[in-house]
Amino acid sequence: MDEVAIHVENLGKRYLIGQREQYKTLRDAIVHAAYSPFRFLKRGLKTSSNKEYFWALKDVSFDISQGDVLGVIGRNGAGKSTLLKILSRITMPTSGLVELYGRVGSLLEVGTGFHSELTGRENIYLSGCLLGMKRREIEEKFEEIVKFSEIEKFLDTPVKRYSSGMYVRLAFAVAAHLDPEILLVDEVLAVGDTEFQKKCLGKMGSVANEGRTVVFVSHAMASVQSLCTKGLVLKEGQIDFNGDIEDAISHYTSSAYSTDPVKNLLDVKPRKGTGEILIASFWAEDESGKPSLTIPNGKPCTLAFRGHVCNSEKSYDGVGATITIKNYLGIGVFYHHNFLSGNSFNQITGDVEFLLHIPKLPLCAGTYTADLDLSRVPGHTIIDSLKGCASFDVYDGDYFGTGSEYRAGMSAVVMVDGSWDLRRCQ
Amino acid sequence: MISQLTHKTDIIKKSPLIVIRPINGWMPLNLGELWDYRELLYSFIIRDIRIRYKQTALGAAWAVIQPLFMMIVFTLAFGRLAKIPSEGLPYPLFSYAALLPWTLFSEGIARSTNSMITNANIMTKVYYPRLIMPISGILSPLIDFTIAFIILLGMMLYYGFIPTINILFLPAFILLALGTSLGVGLWLSALNVQYRDFQYTVPFLIQLWLFASPVVYPSSLLPEPYRALFGLNPMAGVIEGFRWALLGTAPPSYLIAISALMVVALLISGALYFRRMEKTFADVV
Repeated sequence: MDEVAIHVENLGKRYLIGQREQYKTLRDAIVHAAYSPFRFLKRGLKTSSNKEYFWALKDVSFDISQGDVLGVIGRNGAGKSTLLKILSRITMPTSGLVELYGRVGSLLEVGTGFHSELTGRENIYLSGCLLGMKRREIEEKFEEIVKFSEIEKFLDTPVKRYSSGMYVRLAFAVAAHLDPEILLVDEVLAVGDTEFQKKCLGKMGSVANEGRTVVFVSHAMASVQSLCTKGLVLKEGQIDFNGDIEDAISHYTSSAYSTDPVKNLLDVKPRKGTGEILIASFWAEDESGKPSLTIPNGKPCTLAFRGHVCNSEKSYDGVGATITIKNYLGIGVFYHHNFLSGNSFNQITGDVEFLLHIPKLPLCAGTYTADLDLSRVPGHTIIDSLKGCASFDVYDGDYFGTGSEYRAGMSAVVMVDGSWDLRRCQ
Repeated sequence: MISQLTHKTDIIKKSPLIVIRPINGWMPLNLGELWDYRELLYSFIIRDIRIRYKQTALGAAWAVIQPLFMMIVFTLAFGRLAKIPSEGLPYPLFSYAALLPWTLFSEGIARSTNSMITNANIMTKVYYPRLIMPISGILSPLIDFTIAFIILLGMMLYYGFIPTINILFLPAFILLALGTSLGVGLWLSALNVQYRDFQYTVPFLIQLWLFASPVVYPSSLLPEPYRALFGLNPMAGVIEGFRWALLGTAPPSYLIAISALMVVALLISGALYFRRMEKTFADVV
């Protein structure tokens, strides 16, 4: 059981800040070459002025035994995806060593290599081949893949005419039939319809039971919890915790873990509006009124942002504050405005805090973003507006008060109160 | 950390299947791995061909239309108006026999250079030897070439040309054209990832190269001391070779040996440069 499957030692990945922009034109390279031809030849065609580095991953070491299902968790930018990209050999590490003891398959995207012009049948072969299946293997499993995807009738239709659900089903069907010894999975499970997701989770679960090693990166704590046996918490590119999944999740969700839960928004761009009052920061408060990066559902909470009136002499009346909560797919979950609840904000001067009190947070566990808006009554003039800059995490907090675990994190976004009854028919 | 250390002692060591570590500078070509992925290369080529003619009314006829129309334009402009000699051959046949390898070569360069951009989203999601992309770009025009070649055979029949035994050398010239195309394509595709400028350079380069090759004119038109320059252009040898193998003109000169050496140098340097730049592709593209 304890045979190693993945050995990672002092792994590091360094990025050049602004790399994407810097490499764009040949002109820079030529100018550079003209100035210092000798150094240019030594370095090759690279622009090298004012390099600023950023370590996406640093000194990461761990081992995974065969048959382990490792959940990699961490906030955005913690290095989860970078780690996965290195393990799947898409990008090369800057330092360190990785040893993989087995054939590797990676699922970093739904429908890797799918081409919209090709038919379902053609895409099964293409995608399967890209994911590392041999042609013979695909032929053998073809029937099974088609059956799993439930798209038999549309097998010879170009994928571009598929509904998004069909597309995802076909993509997963191919992926689910991969047969590597080590499987690397990014958050791809986060799409598709519920029924099918369950089927995939089931298939993946059985995969894990077959003794296959799985590395699973996800934001969705619920799926991590139900799938993984081990957990690795990454924080700012380094390992923050490594151990059993339950411990890892509680470590991750504990408020002690977080960095500053108040997100400064003053310098964030782009923003719209007159700018008379600027949205300065955003945070979520738990029951005790303490700002926290993660808040439990089912409990009271407060979503808050600070407004900074730029002209200290002025006072504003009829100010409207709006918070729109979106899930990780960018789909609006709910929206709240102080006029909706009959509150009006007048004589706003200096710095103020706009607080939205929610008596019982109905969001399923996951990461949510908040769009923040400030407007004024005559004509709803926008004063300041920030889209997708603020976020917070929600974890399961025994919403129903029954102590039973809520495991619908994958299939739903909100929870509602409700009770069940049984009516006997006779 | 503690759990990690105790963990390590339990591990039974065996040799890893894959080792990932940073490599600075030049990378080995790893042709063996390329061979392991040959099915993917095949899949890429099939995909490119399928996509190319999906939703076109004329489909694969486009493979023929392009060189055929070029031939007509060249015949009118260079054959009739400019009266460029064609070594005693009917001008349409003279130019079409050259346009075949030329289109194979130029399409190969264009497709391989673009392959890095069209596959960018795949490249950042899954591992495979990156060399597959330019190689598939070079090989996929072979299908068009085959179709266009059948037309050439028809034309030869029409003009009463029977291929000589020299036709057996044709694959060698096709190989030389593909080699040139791959050599240039490797350089350009690696450069194109970093500098999109090359996307715009390629059509221009191909046009210049067309007139630097004996497509519309016979190489005999160039006076002797300058003829040696053709040795630097492998496509000159390829085109002369095609005309010789199919239509019985003068055989390509000894210069083709220099061309072949050039192609080998281009291939090796291109592959090494590509491999060197490869590790940054996913981060830069």
